Formats: sequence, C-alpha cells, structure tokens
Amino acid sequence: MPAPTEPTLTDLRAAVAEGTRSAVDVCETYLDRISETENTLNAFTTVLHDAARARAAEVDRHRNEWRERTLLGVPVTIKDVICTRGIATTAGSRILSGFKPPYNATVVTRLLDAGAVILGKTNCDEFAMGSSTEHSAYGPTRNPWAIDRTPGGSSGGAAAVVAARLAPVSIASDTGGSIRQPAAFCGVVGLKPTYGRVSRYGLLAFASSLDQIGPMTLTVADAAVVFNVIAGADQHDATSAAGTRSEIGVPLPGDEQRARIGVPRRILADGVDSEVLSAFEEALHVLVKQGATVVDIELPHMAYAIPIYYLVAPAEASSNLARYDGVRYGFRSSLRNGNSTVANMYDRTRDEGFGAEVKRRIMLGTYALSSGYYDAYYVKAQQVRSLVRRDYDRAFEQADVIAMPTTPTAAFPIGEHTDDPLAMYLGDIFTVSANLTGLPAISLPAGFTKSRLPIGFQLMGRAFDEATLFRLAGTYEREAPWWKEHPPALVAD
Amino acid sequence: MMTAWTNSIQSDLTPDVVLASSMPSRLTRADVDRIAALAHLDLTPEERELFTKQLADVLDYAERLLEVNTDDVSVTWHPVSLSSPLRDDEVCDSLSREDALANAPDSGSNGLFKVPKVIG
Repeated sequence: MPAPTEPTLTDLRAAVAEGTRSAVDVCETYLDRISETENTLNAFTTVLHDAARARAAEVDRHRNEWRERTLLGVPVTIKDVICTRGIATTAGSRILSGFKPPYNATVVTRLLDAGAVILGKTNCDEFAMGSSTEHSAYGPTRNPWAIDRTPGGSSGGAAAVVAARLAPVSIASDTGGSIRQPAAFCGVVGLKPTYGRVSRYGLLAFASSLDQIGPMTLTVADAAVVFNVIAGADQHDATSAAGTRSEIGVPLPGDEQRARIGVPRRILADGVDSEVLSAFEEALHVLVKQGATVVDIELPHMAYAIPIYYLVAPAEASSNLARYDGVRYGFRSSLRNGNSTVANMYDRTRDEGFGAEVKRRIMLGTYALSSGYYDAYYVKAQQVRSLVRRDYDRAFEQADVIAMPTTPTAAFPIGEHTDDPLAMYLGDIFTVSANLTGLPAISLPAGFTKSRLPIGFQLMGRAFDEATLFRLAGTYEREAPWWKEHPPALVAD
Repeated sequence: MMTAWTNSIQSDLTPDVVLASSMPSRLTRADVDRIAALAHLDLTPEERELFTKQLADVLDYAERLLEVNTDDVSVTWHPVSLSSPLRDDEVCDSLSREDALANAPDSGSNGLFKVPKVIG
C-alpha cells in the first residue's frame, strides 16, 4: 500500500481546486486505503462508502462555483461522539445502537459548507471515557505503528486514521486529553482549542465544562486551516466565544525570537519515560536554535490535576448521561427481562447499555455529587481547580507558551491497564490541566522511541491565543518534520 | 498500584458526620448499592464487588486534595467567565414530531414515546 502522493489537506485541496484530481478520485483513493486496513485497525464505527462517493461527485459538479472553499474535496472523518444527520452516531456505546441524529453538529455543518467529504465515523472509548479506545462497544482500535498497542484514547480511531493516511483530517473531542494523547501515541498533530472556541452543539456531552472539539491532522498548517473552519461563535452553544471567525488569523512563522517557553522542570522529574524526556529536551533545543528562550516555571498544584479531574469529569458525566434511559433514542432492555415498570426498564437499560468504564464514572460522579459528599469531593476539587488556574496565570506572566511532554510514556500494549483504571488515569497527568483551565494546547510528533513508537511534544498557550501555538508549532515542524515518517505497511488479517 | 485497605468501615451515610475539611471513610459495598440506585444502574453482584474496590482506590487517591489549604479559595465551576447571551425571541423551525420520535425504541402509534407502566 503506497503512501498517498498528496498526503496533506493543503495539497489535496489545491489538486481538486486546480482540477488536477477530481474529488471522486481522491475519495476513491482513501476509501480503498480504508478497505485495505480496516480489518487490522478497526478505526471506524461506520465507513460511508456510498454517501462519500455521492458527496465527492457533488463537489466535482460544483468545482468552479465552490473553488474558493477551504476544504474543497478534502476527505475528513468525524469522531463518533459528534452528531451527523441520518448517519449512525454511537459514542462507542451499545446504549446508542441504532441512533441516527436528526441534525448535524455545528462543526459538521461548517465542514460541509467548506466543501469537505465525510468518509466515516471514527471509533472511540465509550462516550469518550478512556485513554486507549479499548472501552468501545465496537472493539478496540489498533495503533498503526504497532498493532499490539493501543492508539491512545479516547479519540484512538481518529488518530489512527490520520497516522495511517486514511484521511488527512479527523475531527475529535478532548475532555482530558482525548485529542492530544492519541495524537502523541500515533505521531500526528492534535489541537485542543481554548474552551468556547469551537461550538459544542451536537457533541454528545461528557463533561460540559471540559469538553472541546478540535482537529487532528498530519501538519500544523492543516490543523490551522481546519481550526479556522470550525472555530467561532454559534447561537446554538451559549458557551461558544464571541468574536467572528475572521478575527482568528492563521499565523506565519517568523517571530520566534520573542517567544518565551516556560518549562515546569519540577513536574518532569518523576515518572516520565527517559526516551520521552530526551525527545522533549531535543524539541526544546530545536526551538531555542530558532531564537526562542526557555524559562523555568513552577506549577505547584499540577500534582492535583488528576484527582480534580477524576472528581469533576465524572460528576458532570453522571448528570449528562442521565438522559440515556431507553425512552427517546437508542437501546432499550427487552421487556422479557422483567421490566414491568418504567423505573425497572431504566435500570436494566442502563446496566445492559453502558460498558464498565462508563458505569464506573457514573458511579463515581453520582457519589461525588451525593448529599453529604458534595462539599468534601466536588466543591473541594473545584477550589483546587482555582489554584491550578492561578498557577497557569502566574506562569504566563513569565512565558508565552508552556511546554511539556504530551504523555509520560509512548503507546502502551492493548490490555495493559484494563484491570486497573487508576493506573490508566495517572497517564493523563500532562493533558488534563488544559481542560481544567480551558487553555489551548497542541500535541506535535517529536520523534520515536528505539522500538519505533511515536512520542508527543505539547505546547499550551494563553486563552484564545491559538495563533502563538500555531506559530511555534509550525516553526518546530519545519525544523523537525517528523510527520513525513509513516507507519509500516499494514497487512490485512 | 494502590494497596487495598483490609478494613471495611461501615459508613452510616448521614450527611452531618461529613465535614468539608475531611474526606469520608473508605467506600463500602453499602455505598455502592445506594449510589447504583441513585444512578439508575441495576448492577450485577460481580459489578458491585469490583466497583467497590476500584472506586475506593480512586477516592483514596483523591484524598490528596486534603493536603491543599483552600480556605478563602473560590470555586471554578467553569473555565471561562460566562455571560448570558440573549437573542431575539423569534419563532423558527424545530424538529417535526416524526423526526423527534424516529429514534424511539417504542413510539406506539399515537405519536408519543411509549414506556412500560409507571406504577407497578
């Protein structure tokens, strides 16, 4: 299976706009690649063979009229927690089996308006709860770089798709690292925008104060293009940030001399794999050579980010997932199972419809919010969350961006953490604080371990300053174009 | 990673014994039963046993938040300061009844969501 000749969004769009390739030809190429690899990777919950071809043909028919559109004929995939009208949206859960949303998420509408062709829905941990894509009712996704390893999660399917060149763009969601951690594990670019930057309308809610939609791509420039398509205020999401989309500029490299990169040395001292740490130092060195300076910063409450996250996120989830009760959509437990009353039907539907990790988090969140425990757990966590925010506010007085590894280790083997949820949670140490604070963060491919597993490098920015992230990330990528490496050929089972 | 406690202190679950400055005692099977009922999850006995240990491990880990002095620290419910954006109150299109019912496991024949009897 040869690598695509035009692997990036930018190249593909240009080829379609100039007429050197038709959108149908591009679409067929990617659908063929998906057919060759899907048995091995299981990156999709739905592949839209016919709908994608029909859409590509529509793009070709309108090519002259739509020539200026930003994503003209560009194949994209959508994480299966984002609503697509008339197309199954499962959230990786049995409880939504058969659900076909009656409307599109705002991001989907914006992608289509920009001329994109949706190839399919990508696999994920159930309701985006997990760090490995093993918690999907539709089976685990495999990492294209090493198929015995997880692609990370929860957006493991989305990351595997971009890494294996099955689409140049995946749209995913990030509640505690679900875009950035799989991007790191699969060697692709993943952006979690500032909270409120991208409308959450049509995203199946997990934790509403933490959820944010963002792109996964091969290059930083591609991420910036997609970001500009999907960002902006939306009347359907009251938390979407004011300001027009035209205010969000794509930055150009060239101002690196002024950038101060904050590094929280103290929290890197323990528990980070040595190969990850040396890749991190090397990435810093690349930016320093381009004129950036490194400053030491302190984030004294960073060690509390995981316990805060694993109280706040389940608390919000337990409330958001109350809607899945077998009445309005999805799965309902069979009446034969003794569902003599509606209460009985709710309880059976939810036990049979949700998987173990989702049930654990609903239980944890319900407990943290229950009478007598609310102050001890939920309020305490939200107070320490304020201290984490204050740490970042102070750090950003000294630094323009904050750098750290995306993850403490490279991708772990499938099955490694399935019996010990807490061990899995601890791997989120470097990603959750961007969600707790709402700050933007981007993960970049930064090399490989000796066993050829990708390593991620993360930059966090000030609120609504994605532009600085793109600028520095683009400079790093120009000097260290790891994205050009591609995974070994996958042999279908 | 976490060492399981060998004792199983029975929590009496009365709110007034829990102080904001201290975490409750280790989660018990009785707590799990109560929470499962609140969360409308008809868990199996095996799930109840497993979750009792796993949730207690996570809650024990969360106890490190107690180390932090939060006197006079405000809460962060939300990462950005929110206003209430207002729009004009105009009548616009919404889902048709047919679309709204299309995903229901059982919508009967009267254009309504159908559920088992409410009172058993």
